[in-house]
Formats: sequence, C-alpha cells, structure tokens
Amino acid sequence: MSAISVQNIKRSYGGAEALKGVSFQVEKGEIFGIIGPDGAGKTTLFRILTTLLLADSGVAIVDGSDLVEDYKAIRKKVGYMPGRFSLYQDLSVEENLQVFASVFNTTIEENYHLIKDIYQQIEPFKTRRAGALSGGMKQKLALSCALIHKPVVLFLDEPTTGVDPVSRKELWAMLKKLKNEGITILVSTPYMDEASLCDRIALIQDGAFLKIDTPENIVKAYDENLWAIKSTAMSELLKDLRTHPEVKTSFAFGDTIHITVGNTDPDKLKVFLEEKGHKNIGIRQIKAGIEDCFMQLSQAS
Amino acid sequence: MIILLVLPVLMILMFGFAISTEIKNARFAVYDPSHDLATQKIIDKINSSEYFTLDTYIIDPSQIETVFQKGEIGLVVEFSENFYKNIVQTGEAQILLIADGTDPNTASTLVNYVSRLIAAYQLEQMVLTGKLPYQIDVKVKLLYNPTLKGAYTTVPGVMGLILMLICAMMTSVSIAREKELGTMEVILVSPMPPLLIILSKVIPYFTISIINYLTILALGVYVLDVPVEGSFILLSLLSLLFIFVSLALGLLISSLVRTQMAALLGSVMGLMLPAVLLSGLMFPIENMPLFLQVIAQFIPAKWFIAAVKEVMIMGLGVGSILREMAVLGIMAIVLITLSLRKFKTRLE
Amino acid sequence: MFHAIKPGIMNVIEARDLTKRFGHFTAVDAITFNVKKGEIFGFLGANGAGKTTAMRMLCGLSKPTSGAGQVAGFDINKNPERIKENIGYMSQKFALYEDLKVWENLRLFGGIYGIPEKEIGNRIDELLTTLGFKSEKNMMVKSLPLGWKQKLAFSAAIFHEPKIVFLDEPTGGVDPAARRQFWELIYDASDRGITVFVTTHYMDEAEYCNRVSIMVDGRIDALDSPANLKEKYHVQTMDEVFFQLARKAKAKV
Repeated sequence: MSAISVQNIKRSYGGAEALKGVSFQVEKGEIFGIIGPDGAGKTTLFRILTTLLLADSGVAIVDGSDLVEDYKAIRKKVGYMPGRFSLYQDLSVEENLQVFASVFNTTIEENYHLIKDIYQQIEPFKTRRAGALSGGMKQKLALSCALIHKPVVLFLDEPTTGVDPVSRKELWAMLKKLKNEGITILVSTPYMDEASLCDRIALIQDGAFLKIDTPENIVKAYDENLWAIKSTAMSELLKDLRTHPEVKTSFAFGDTIHITVGNTDPDKLKVFLEEKGHKNIGIRQIKAGIEDCFMQLSQAS
Repeated sequence: MIILLVLPVLMILMFGFAISTEIKNARFAVYDPSHDLATQKIIDKINSSEYFTLDTYIIDPSQIETVFQKGEIGLVVEFSENFYKNIVQTGEAQILLIADGTDPNTASTLVNYVSRLIAAYQLEQMVLTGKLPYQIDVKVKLLYNPTLKGAYTTVPGVMGLILMLICAMMTSVSIAREKELGTMEVILVSPMPPLLIILSKVIPYFTISIINYLTILALGVYVLDVPVEGSFILLSLLSLLFIFVSLALGLLISSLVRTQMAALLGSVMGLMLPAVLLSGLMFPIENMPLFLQVIAQFIPAKWFIAAVKEVMIMGLGVGSILREMAVLGIMAIVLITLSLRKFKTRLE
Repeated sequence: MFHAIKPGIMNVIEARDLTKRFGHFTAVDAITFNVKKGEIFGFLGANGAGKTTAMRMLCGLSKPTSGAGQVAGFDINKNPERIKENIGYMSQKFALYEDLKVWENLRLFGGIYGIPEKEIGNRIDELLTTLGFKSEKNMMVKSLPLGWKQKLAFSAAIFHEPKIVFLDEPTGGVDPAARRQFWELIYDASDRGITVFVTTHYMDEAEYCNRVSIMVDGRIDALDSPANLKEKYHVQTMDEVFFQLARKAKAKV
C-alpha cells in the first residue's frame, strides 16, 4: 500500500482554479518532491493533504486513512511544516519542542535520536525566543517540532525558501537520513537544483503536474539538442542567438546561455557569432538539467 | 466602507433622539394617607407632567420597599397625614420623596423634577388665593444609597464592562492571533481535539477575569465604600454565569474573523459599544424608543448589571434575580453551543 | 559572466566604512565599496547578514551610525531626501497596488517621481508596448500572473529613468522562464545607463552580475566579478563560492 495516494484532486478559490486535477502516488520511505514556482498550487496541495482544506473533488489516502472520513487519524500521525514559520514566537526553542511533544503525547527524549542532528545545531540557543532566531535556525526548529512524534509521513512545504545555502544543504542531508527510519517525505520547493535530491519528483505549474518521474528519467526523456554557449559579451550574445534561424530557444543559465537547436553544425554557429563581433566563444553540448526540462515542459503546455 | 459612513449617522441619531439622560414617563408611586383635595391636586400635577406616570397607590407603608425592589418605580411620594388640614390650619405640611439611590443620577433628577412641580403648585395656589404661601416641606430620603454615591452604579457597571472586555475581546483576539500567525495551522494538524484547543485559549482569560472580579469587588468595598448587602456567593455565581456568556461571545467572534484587527473591531463595535450604550449603565433604558429597548434586552451586560445592583446594593436574594439568571443562563447555553459548532477545524 | 561596461565612467555609489548599530548589535560593520555607472552589481548574503539594512542606508531610508557614502551624487548623511528622488526601488514584498489597474499604477509612480502630466500618457503606452502588455492596460494588477507583476513592478521602478535602481530579491518564487525574462529587462536597463543594484538568493543570478559582494555577519567578505571569485576559490559555481565563505564564517563562531 502506498504511503500517499492522490486521485484527481481539484480545488478552486472563487473563480480561480488552484489545482486542476492532480494525481500521484508516493511509496513508503520515498522522498517525493513537488517542484514548481509560486502560485503553482503547491501550498494548496499540501493543505489539502494535511486535512486543513477540503478539496472540491477527488480522493486521497494518507497511510491508509481517507482524507475526509478519517482526517482525525491523519492528524495524529503526520508531521507538518507550513510554508511560513508557524511556531510560537514568544516561546523559547526548548518550550516550543515541549509543546509539540506533549500535544502528540510523547516526550522529547523518546524520539530524540530522530532530531538529534538538526537539533544539536540549535541546542546552544535553546532558551532563546523562537522569534529571535535566524531564518535557517527557525526552519531547523520547525523541522524538529514536526519530527518529534516520529510521524509516518512528513509534509514539508517549501522548507528551504529564503534560507541560506548552507542551511539548505544541512536540511536536505537530514531528510536523506530520515529515509532510513522509514519516514515518507513529501517536500515542495521552487529550487530546481534540489529536485535531484529527491527519489521522484512532480513538476507543477498553474495547478497541473507537467511530469511525474525520477529526476534521472526526466532528464533522460529530454529530447532536444542542448548546447551551452558563452562569450565575452553575454547580453549581446543572447540577442544575437535569438536572431539565428536554427536556434529554437535560448535562455540565460548563470554564466552560459543554453540553447536548443536542430541538427546544426556548431562551427557554423561559431562563425556566425564571430561575424557579430563576439570573442572567446565557447560552445559545447551538454546534458539537460531539471531546470532545462522544466522550462521545456512548461513552454510546451 | 458602509460602516465608516453609516455608523456616524446612526450614532448621532441615537444620541440625539433616543439616548438621553432626561427622564420621561418615569413611574412613581404614591403613599397618601390623607386622600384629600390638596394631595390629589399635587398628584395630578405630577402625573400630568410628561416626566412622570403614576403607577401605584401604596396602601401600606411597608410596601414602599417592595415597590422599589420590583425595580420599576423610581420614586415614591409620601404625603403626611391630614395634609390639607395641616396646610390650612398651620400653613405647613410635609411631603417625603423616597428615591432609589442605586442609580444616583436618576434619583437626583427625579427628586429635582418633583420638587419643582411641588414648588410650582405652591406658586399657583398663592396666585389663586392671594394668601401667604404654604410651606410644603419637601424632604428627601434615598434608599440604598443615602449619600448618592456615584460609585454605587459605577462599580457594577465597571465590573460588567471589564469582565466582558477580558473574556470576550481578549479571547477573540488571542484565537485570531493564532490564525493570523499560522500557529493554529500547525496545532490543528495534531491529535489535539478542537475542544482542548478552545479550552486552552479560554482558561487563561477565565482565570484573569476571576481575579479581576475579586479585585474590583475588593476595591469597591474597601476603597469606594460600596456595600455588598447581599450574598457574596450569589454575586459570585452570577458573575461566573456572565463570564461564561462573555467567553462564548469571544469564541464566536473569533470563528467569524481572520485577523486580530477584525477581532478587536468586532469586539469593540459589536459588544463594547452596545454594552456601554444600551445596558442601562449610562442611559436609562426606560427612556429609549421601543426598538432600542428591544435591542437592549439582548445585551447580556444589561441583565448582569441589573442583577448585580439588586444583589450588591439592595441586598436581595435569589428570588428577585431569577429572571436575570434565567436569561443569562439561556444566553450562555445558546452561545456556547453556537460557538463550539462554529469553531473551525479546518483553515477555510 | 558579465555584461560589457563602457569605460571611463564614474561611481554612482560610494560607501566608506558604512556602519549601522542597533543598541549593542552591529548589523552592518564598516563596509566599503564602489559601484560604477551602468554596472549590474549583485549584493549577496544570507538572511540576517545585513543586506537589507545596508540597502536601506544607501536608499536614504536609514541613517548610518557612522561612516560616509554618496549615492547618485548625493551624500547619504546630509542629503537622503535628494537620493530618494534619483533612485528607483523595487522589493519583493511590495511593488504595486493590487487593486489598481496596470496603467493607474504607472501613472501613480510617474506622478510621484515628477514626470510631467503631459508626458505620462505617452510614456505609459511606450512602456506597455515594449513589455508586450498593451492589451492588458486596463487589467487589475492582482489578476496578473506573478511573472508579469514582477516585470511591471520593475518598469514602474525605473519609469522615471533614475540613475540607479535598487532591487530587493525581485525574483523570489517566480518560475524559471519569467525569471530569465526579468533579467533581460535588467540588461536593457543597464544598456540605457541605469545602474542596477540587486540582492538575490539565487546564486545562478549572481552570475549575471558584473560584480558581486557577499556579506557575512555585517561585513563584506568578498567583492569581485563572479569569474574571479570562482577562480579564487577553485570552484565551478557561485553557489560553491558562497558555501565556502559561509563555512568559514561558521568555523569562526
């Protein structure tokens, strides 16, 4: 039996369709990522699956309990970290943890081993008010509170948004460790590079899933010719590439520009660019990353 | 938007027309052992003024207190025996005005009006008969509050307001804050039954309001010299009932709003303002137009303050406040049921 | 990667030992740097490192505790009001009035920054045509998709052709395609001579800048072009540069 099973969940707010009928399954112990930008419907999906919102239609089962009929059972066994910091700001780190432990009828000691790695980083500040913590520390505390009762499924809504890169890495390392405890994790993020850290991902845009698969398969399924190009004048490079008849799409990607082409000869392209005045031109074929795939899929839809 | 434009209009109409500290059609009773022409004339004069309406003729002087306790009479006019005879023979007679001191403002107003009417009668007689003016000696006796202390009416009033403030407003703001900051979201996704969540929010303010009740009472008794004539236990039970009503109101408001600001506004506009204006605390309800009087019946503070005055200042027992307690009891049950049902276990 | 700057140009931002203290806490610790006209300057750092506080001082919104600087030719300490007249500002949290229409927002900002009444109408049409939403002129901003809002907000921020525009995390949460389109707008602005001072969390966006500075605990720990920084730390991406710096900072604590 899957840990999470979702069938055709739809949800609208007023006239706007936030979720247009999403379906997917998550197996026990998987890290499943929901990847997509703001407004795609991630938070709505999470709130529905944690029983905080009712879907307009569709069914979902979390750890064998129905979302609507058995919502009380679900609330007892899941951990939830909402998109914005939602702990008691005026209580200390330790007090917050104690509140959640007792609300879930357990103690801090009982499952300490689960949160040890993360909590040890904020333990020196355990008497500090939660509101006075930095962004990264707040998320670590929130994660600890969500884990303190050893949930069966962990729902993390954008746990790394706005967090510094170092804390982000640490959080993901934690999540990987939790897999070994058999905890299923559903996590959402707008950062494409975090997609490769998940077992499987669903790319979401405008309330619909573009694709569901492992990151490797999604990349393998990318069927365009992808090149990375650089020169000494990147802004002009972008404009010039767009005028080239054989270049299908061109987008800036950090220090190179990724273009998709048909069967073009790279040397011909180099000449074309040299004629435009570019120097130090670098052209190489590359494998697609998740972001390339996302952009291709979202442009197509 | 509508509130901002319509509310001032409502307020000016209310203050201008409906709510006034003037007395109109105040009910009075008469104890007239003389039953003669002069007393009849005076009684008629008082009755025919727009300020007073004759309610009862008291037969037995022991009934005087009872008449006040029933709560509808504001003034008793007691004539001395052989009134007319005395005026004619000695040129002097006495009238005793007995007023209900639990509302000192009203009492002084009533006394003043009647005194003036009696003086006017004297003047008329002088003009008519050309004789030397009679001496009608008007004495005033104030029941329950002989020195007309304002505190007698303010202490019950303040108690009602504070309890409502702490229980209704603070509870609603506290729950709304959790909704606004997002902590409610996380607590809902937990084994905690909603009833427990509610209790956890309500109990602190319950405790604080009990302390407030005792503090106000103590200050009232020892610093302001307001007596507790009746049973302290009865008073406390009454206050407890009112606290429950207020807590339920706070809960109800919290389930209707999404932000602390809205909870605050709702509590102030929807509870405090009507309580101050229509509970009888500042303006006598009897003088308001009918529709406002009807609305006043739905204000819990009205029933509470009235009952508190009866127990604290008049020293009455359970029997007299049965009606108030029943009303508050029904309000409590209805409001608690309603607010529990409306408490949202989901986010929408 | 960089975008070519015309040579021989002066500094539009100069900061010397700029410091801001709140009680005992030093949010910005004597930072010193310059930004040249037409540059795209990336201002990076973790949350709480002091970026927002520093930006506020540069925008004339907050008085430095000590130190000096000039922005667009005006002294930070003596003439903050003049600074405000000559800069544009866009933040992620607020940019446009959601309950006004597209053109109404532009007219509002135009009016605030003193664009003459007669010109505003034409400038609005020009701008909307360039952005490609002429037909959405009368739409309520709240019904625009996020990516469009960002573009519109940016255009409103530079509507009055300021010397510098300050962007505070302008692309947070926006989808990848819209983010890139946004950066293309930034390039256009830079081409027109507007200096762009931008803070961001996306390390790949750091690559689009001519130079970046990285703030750690109130101090600037790195200031150079992305290419030079990557060489210095022997890494391939700006993400890794940041990681190295942040690890060093943690080790010190």
